[in-house]
Amino acid sequence: MTAVADSPRARIIARAAREITDGMVVNLGIGMPTLLADVSLGRRGVLLQSENGLLGIGPYPSEDEVDPDLINAGKETVTAVAGASYFDSADSFAMIRGGHVDLAALGGMEVSERGDLANWMVPNKMVKGMGGAMDLVAGAKRTIVVMEHVTKTQEPRVRRECSLPLTGAGVVDCLITDLAVFEFSGTSVREMRLVESLTDLPVEELRRRTEATFISE
Amino acid sequence: MHASATSKLRPSAADAVADIPPGATLAVGGFGLCGIPQDAIAALRALGVKDLTVYSNNCGTDDAGLGVLLEDRQIKRMVSSYVGENKTFERQFLSGELEVDLVPQGTLAERLRAGGAGIPAFYTPAGVGTPVADGREVRTFGGVPYLLEHGIVTDFALVRAWKADPLGNLIYRRTARNFNPLAAMAGRVTIAEAEEVVDVGELDGDVIHTPGVFVQRVVLSQSREKLVERRTTCLAS
Repeated sequence: MTAVADSPRARIIARAAREITDGMVVNLGIGMPTLLADVSLGRRGVLLQSENGLLGIGPYPSEDEVDPDLINAGKETVTAVAGASYFDSADSFAMIRGGHVDLAALGGMEVSERGDLANWMVPNKMVKGMGGAMDLVAGAKRTIVVMEHVTKTQEPRVRRECSLPLTGAGVVDCLITDLAVFEFSGTSVREMRLVESLTDLPVEELRRRTEATFISE
Repeated sequence: MHASATSKLRPSAADAVADIPPGATLAVGGFGLCGIPQDAIAALRALGVKDLTVYSNNCGTDDAGLGVLLEDRQIKRMVSSYVGENKTFERQFLSGELEVDLVPQGTLAERLRAGGAGIPAFYTPAGVGTPVADGREVRTFGGVPYLLEHGIVTDFALVRAWKADPLGNLIYRRTARNFNPLAAMAGRVTIAEAEEVVDVGELDGDVIHTPGVFVQRVVLSQSREKLVERRTTCLAS
């Protein structure tokens, strides 16, 4: 997967890359978050966790390095970095659920103003399953969601309430879209706050494209 | 290698799966097509046994893995975390022929481990506030809600190892380990196929992943070709 320079997707990824800092243990979800792999590998001491049982994903292999026993959670053949470790799926999710993973980056379909995330099923369409997403959002120290601000038909994705079945309730810490960055805080009552605009759009225009209520300035 | 009185070695996968009855529950290792017990799955297909309930993270593809058991409608119910990439699966699911229970991946792994470890149920934060929580007990610990999930014990388990010995000690390789050790624990009768079977004493006891007590039958795998679902290389990416 590649992102065209200056595309909405490239803007999202460039901003999300700043969330990944030296020494972090990071889990990248399938889809847009996989575009963060290269930048993660460039950070000092960052380890990429793959929920199928690898801590320390490396770059894609060359033709003669391809090993059917070495894949990532997207079932792609990968390599492992020096110092990588392998483990079973229960230990993998012990890391995830137990709060030992610093950052989970996931794609989204909808995010609500309370930080609910929906990204795994559309009713009445074929449901493929949640994979590890529900465990990740429940257990990672910090969950960031990367997604385009509106749908292809310009419907809002950042909503008062998600219309799609949830992956987790109140689990999103940071939402990065092609228009803006939002942080969520609070436990019983969660608030959504605009922390950064990624375009020249006035805040009022951003509000018009966002169904959710958010705090700015 | 000679089978002794204490050896769990079986002559073939067909022999090892022969007493799996219709309606059996199975725990099956593998992630995608990585580390799947391909010999045992082929033997099950040949056996033709039906109405199976299968606990496995995925259900293979149209041509490989557990997906091949769908063609003759051998699977009645599938408990998995992710079931994409399979048109036969999709058709049987949408027509109602196949029951599907979707479970968060970490919950499935822990349910298999717990069942094998004699733990009937546990609480997990995964799935709270989602459709997974419908009808489930929720309990709050330290102000945080958790879901009650039940351990899984199955009639049989099918797993794939890299190396085995006749006592059933198993070592897996790289990410082919995945759900295999957990499925091995959950099965009352665990059938392990291995790429290599060595004599007792040849495996270093310090590096055994699944101790032989969890394994009842061992088969030397005859399938030499490992499957790759998505071949990605640095040239292609």
